[in-house]
Amino acid sequence: MFVIKNKKIFIGISIVLVVFSLSVLFFFGLKAGIDFKGGALTEVSYKDTRPSQSDLSGPLEALNIGTVLLQPTGEKDYIVKTRDLSEQEHASLLKTLSQDEQSPLEEKGFNSIGPSVGRELTRKAIIAIVLVSLGIILFIAFAFRKVSKPVSSWRYGIIAIISLLHDVIIPIGIFALFSHYLGVEMDTLFVVAVLTVLGLSVSDTIVIFDRIRENIRGQAMVAKINFAETVGKSLEQSFVRSICTSLTVILVLLALVFFGPASTKYFALMLVFGMFFGTYSSIFLASPLLVWIEEIQAKNKENKKKK
Amino acid sequence: MWKKRVLALLILILGTGVAFFVFQSEPRLNKNYENTKSFFKHHPFRLGLDLSGGSHLIYKADISQVPTGQVSDSMNALRDVIERRVNLFGVSEPVVQIQEGGFVSGNSDEKLIVDLPGVTDVEKATAMIGQTPLLEFKTEAPKDTPREVTVGKDGKINLDTSPQYVSTELTGRYLKKAILEFNPTTGEPQVGLQFDDTGTKLFAEITKANVGKIVAIYLDGAPISTPVVREEITGGTAQISGSFTPVEAKQLVGRLNSGALPVPITLLSRQTIGAILGDNALFAGAKAAFIGFLFVALFLILWYRLPGLIAVLSLCIYVIIILALFKLLPVTLTAAGIAGFIISIGIAVDANVLIFERVKEELRSGRTIADSVSAGFSRAWFSIRDSNTSSIITAIILFWFGTSLIKGFALTLGMGVLVSMLSAITISRMFLYAIEFVGEGKVARFLFSSGLSK
Repeated sequence: MFVIKNKKIFIGISIVLVVFSLSVLFFFGLKAGIDFKGGALTEVSYKDTRPSQSDLSGPLEALNIGTVLLQPTGEKDYIVKTRDLSEQEHASLLKTLSQDEQSPLEEKGFNSIGPSVGRELTRKAIIAIVLVSLGIILFIAFAFRKVSKPVSSWRYGIIAIISLLHDVIIPIGIFALFSHYLGVEMDTLFVVAVLTVLGLSVSDTIVIFDRIRENIRGQAMVAKINFAETVGKSLEQSFVRSICTSLTVILVLLALVFFGPASTKYFALMLVFGMFFGTYSSIFLASPLLVWIEEIQAKNKENKKKK
Repeated sequence: MWKKRVLALLILILGTGVAFFVFQSEPRLNKNYENTKSFFKHHPFRLGLDLSGGSHLIYKADISQVPTGQVSDSMNALRDVIERRVNLFGVSEPVVQIQEGGFVSGNSDEKLIVDLPGVTDVEKATAMIGQTPLLEFKTEAPKDTPREVTVGKDGKINLDTSPQYVSTELTGRYLKKAILEFNPTTGEPQVGLQFDDTGTKLFAEITKANVGKIVAIYLDGAPISTPVVREEITGGTAQISGSFTPVEAKQLVGRLNSGALPVPITLLSRQTIGAILGDNALFAGAKAAFIGFLFVALFLILWYRLPGLIAVLSLCIYVIIILALFKLLPVTLTAAGIAGFIISIGIAVDANVLIFERVKEELRSGRTIADSVSAGFSRAWFSIRDSNTSSIITAIILFWFGTSLIKGFALTLGMGVLVSMLSAITISRMFLYAIEFVGEGKVARFLFSSGLSK
């Protein structure tokens, strides 16, 4: 199998992608949305014409509610970002935006989140990430409890976790790019996307490893099995189904990106990348890594024998 | 053989029946909705606030004055009071729930979440939720009390009337209940008050001491009625006859009856979604689900041919079952929830793909179609189980820890994965067995192969 033969190239590609994502994440960082840091988001739609930003900026400053960010969307809409607002502040903001009823508007949505709610969500998100990771690691350990030679079972688990990290880090890196260039903010759904990628991408790796185990068991009688060949064969048997199952999920996700509600657009896009790299890693990273480890083990054994 | 076909037919009929239910119970789809039976009308999709439009309010309850053991009691009392107040708006299906503080949330704040579908005038709503109607009875102050007169900026002269009256001990606290009455002579609506024992005693004392004078009734710091006492009232009843409209009188009765809040609350965060925004999101979600389904169906038929067609059929049944479950349980659908459902359509096919790939392999190794199908199903089961377990783990943990937004996603995704395992395995198998008649010819083999192979 050509993936196994060129395993170092594919492992290299993955390393480059991960390093790139991490450095993007490190240099650009992620913009926290109001879900996490608190704040208010007001969406208004003007009935006739939208006043220009410069016309509004003066009166808005006079409101004394800190920085007010005006973001035009659509033809007649503004998204207004501020700190979290009280009822009175909210009312006076709307009044200012409508230029004292001179330009009639309709409030499409308003979302004000106090900082304490944001802190709570951050904490919840961290706990959920830790628990999901733990749950999946336990599941991997359970799924691979029975495999033995020539690569011991916990190594399968570790490789599954490495490819899991790979699947999560790359979409986060891509999100950091979006965050930097398009101003996309990290919200609750971002965390959900990361966790869902964890759940979805590991399954692919597990199915391929399952196949490898089955093929090894089938060859138990044969005294010397060629591990690399077995892995290659297993890959050949399962890569079509791996791609097909991911493809169906990616298809529905793309429908969600292009036709779905605006609120889940970037969420779906994150999942698309997660699914894509999840499938990529199960074929081009996890299995080559498995063979690579086996080769290193074999070499060590030989060296020991020589001594 | 015939048994299997009858079974498959039964499933199809059942599926059609459930589809009929989903259709009939949906006002957006069923043009004849007005005339449908009430059973159907009781099961529309329950839409979350982000789709139906409405307000989502999070309050913090200040429980610092409450003894530790009674926190949950007073929170329940708080919820009941707020629920009564919210019901006064006439909102359909308001949700008032307690969110306990503790380990997960990281602080000991007790929170109250109020969802008001369809209410976008939050200023009014929060005012009504948060305000305790303060009912006071005041008596005339001695004549020589100084009154303050101020001249406002606009040149108007304001006479501050408050020192005209002095507070008494009698307040809304001693109220037993309030009722809506109509004045028998004028027909004007008025609010009847009935005091409890202490209140009755206090009221009797006040009226006795003030015969011939005014006893002012204050609501929220403003006088609403200033009747002159004619005689001592010992019956413990009083009427407020402000110039109410019937609606105002009814609201006041409701607010007085709902009582004071057992613990003070402050608004932490609020979210309002306009009806248009909600409608757009709902429409986009439905459209994405439909297009996503079409994509998957096309792919399945083009790639897997006959089994693909069967997979599409069982996918249809899967979608129908899930939609019916959403209605019957019921599941509150949010934009994220719809996303979870759409993703589950993609995942639902997963099991079928695993099985068909297996079947294809078995065919290649020279087995008959029937043998390949049954071997494919039995061998693929472990892979199906393993590959879905991690999604289920994620869904469970997300559901456990999530806010309502995340919960919606976790629930639809988790339900989707579970139901799809059932539908892919049992329903697809039943259909595949039922069409065994295609035999072993070249055409049959072509139909059961997949991808680019001939």
